[in-house]
Amino acid sequence: MTGYSPRREISLRTREALHGYGFILIWVVGFLLFTLLPLIETFRYSLNQVTVTTANINLNFVEWANYTRALFTDPNFIELLIGYTIETLVSVPIVLIFAMIIAMFLNLKFKFKGLFRVIFFLPIVITSGPVIKELTAQGAAAVPGIGNIPAVIEFLEQLPRALRTPVEYLLTSFILILWFSGVQILIYLASLQKVDRSIYEAAAIDGASSWATFWKIILPSLSTATVVNAIYTIVSLSHFSENKVIRYIYDRTYDVQGGIGYASAMAFIYFGVMIILLTIVYLFLRQWARRGTN
Amino acid sequence: MNIFHHPTIQRLRWLLFGSRAHRGLTMNAALYTVLIAIGFVYLQPLLFMFVTSIKSPDDLLNPMVQWVPTEFYLGNYIKGLRVLNYSNTLMASAVMSIVPSMLQVIVASVVGYGLARYRFRGKSLIFILLLATFLIPPQNTVIPQMLTYRNLGLLGNPLALILPALLGQGYKSAIFILIFYQSYISFPKVLEESARLDGASDMRVFLTLAVPSVLPAYIVSFIFSIVWYWNETFLTVIFLEGGVTTLPMQLSKFTQAYENLYPPGTVNIFDRLNEAVKMSGTFLNILPLLVMYFILQKWFVESVEMTGITGE
Repeated sequence: MTGYSPRREISLRTREALHGYGFILIWVVGFLLFTLLPLIETFRYSLNQVTVTTANINLNFVEWANYTRALFTDPNFIELLIGYTIETLVSVPIVLIFAMIIAMFLNLKFKFKGLFRVIFFLPIVITSGPVIKELTAQGAAAVPGIGNIPAVIEFLEQLPRALRTPVEYLLTSFILILWFSGVQILIYLASLQKVDRSIYEAAAIDGASSWATFWKIILPSLSTATVVNAIYTIVSLSHFSENKVIRYIYDRTYDVQGGIGYASAMAFIYFGVMIILLTIVYLFLRQWARRGTN
Repeated sequence: MNIFHHPTIQRLRWLLFGSRAHRGLTMNAALYTVLIAIGFVYLQPLLFMFVTSIKSPDDLLNPMVQWVPTEFYLGNYIKGLRVLNYSNTLMASAVMSIVPSMLQVIVASVVGYGLARYRFRGKSLIFILLLATFLIPPQNTVIPQMLTYRNLGLLGNPLALILPALLGQGYKSAIFILIFYQSYISFPKVLEESARLDGASDMRVFLTLAVPSVLPAYIVSFIFSIVWYWNETFLTVIFLEGGVTTLPMQLSKFTQAYENLYPPGTVNIFDRLNEAVKMSGTFLNILPLLVMYFILQKWFVESVEMTGITGE
């Protein structure tokens, strides 16, 4: 073709965009098919009484009945949700503080560092539902021996109920909580390694103690990583297949009465609680990060 | 002269409490104490698992035997291997984690490259949706998928796990897309531009220049993906039940499988299911991952440095 029609001349900008869309197209299709569509469908189930027969799925519209049942009638679900909220709010700060300490240790120079790193990242490999379940069943997730000390039992009995649950959870699942911090250690370590060493030296020459260096230099430089880690921790705890709420929702799915519709409604309530928790922790950490930099 | 400034005392002080240049002995002692204590807390469940798994029925009943069994008893492992149907489930686990991982990583790299290297409208929306796929709990999307698979006759078929991975919706896909996005965005553009001036197509630039330049990101993503797929049980149970049985799936019904092989009424007391057999099953379940971890540990512990992921 000699010459070109103005209509076929596409600007460089548009061509770049089209090529870009070409690269992400496969993901967009996948998102529609495997995330958005099922999500909408699940929401539709949650507003219906769903009966599954071998041939097809019957829906019987019941408005918000499944939601009111979960929130006001079912005694187990709310109890489990409260338990989940407490456990998450107890676990997140422990995971964050612990991961930060380990990362700062691993950022130092010392002998056998490689060996300790291998040990500390081991949980990334072995944290799976059935393994954790077997280990907890054998009591291997608790702090060794501490649950049997009479003084500890007596101390627990004297605590008010609102305090007792978190403390008890802490004692029985401490190792478990620590096992959820592998990836978080990696992220903290990366942030620490990005801090220019000369800043530490400058601080030391100015006579800053290591205590001051931690609060004034190290902690502020870790604020982004802390937000990322908090989100990652909440999500991985909430999606963990041995999570009691998830187990409950899963078991209810196969109920003859209610079944899928009810389970879908609970899934959405659970998702809502998770988003609220994420928002609270996110806002809290952002506030804290701002105060740190000012 | 102040006694504390005497050279010998000074040297002793340096030795014990350190100076600007190095930590002193006390600091080192404290450091190692803490590290060993935490290391023990991490290893304790594993040690417990291993020690329990090699206890004979006599040792289990003997309250004197805690951490050191009287003999190295392999009977539990023989039972464990049989109950887990090890060769089959191991194979199934390997296939069901390696195949989706490979596809997921390839797709994630393509998508991450598109996000990092091209300017187009709606990119921030894509990032929001990516975050959404990371946040949405699986139980909010799994039932319709399961029912669709059932209608298509794909329930229990490996394709049920492979298809989402192929379309960038595999397990924790968003993380891998972000890893590739970070890697490609920090890789200098100059080379690609000169290749483009020489007339190379976009696909060619991607395959011959971009992919080799971020090879570590591929390796790190691949091994993390394998580990996460291997350990995933919620989706595998729902999608593969009745067709394929992976190792963790078989472990979760260990008691039932054991009683099928060794019916409780017919075997003698030493062949009843005990925690030693259970622990041997659990240990067999994580053994392949442990082996992989110790071979590839450098890639795990240095993954962040290698991919340049920092968490922005």
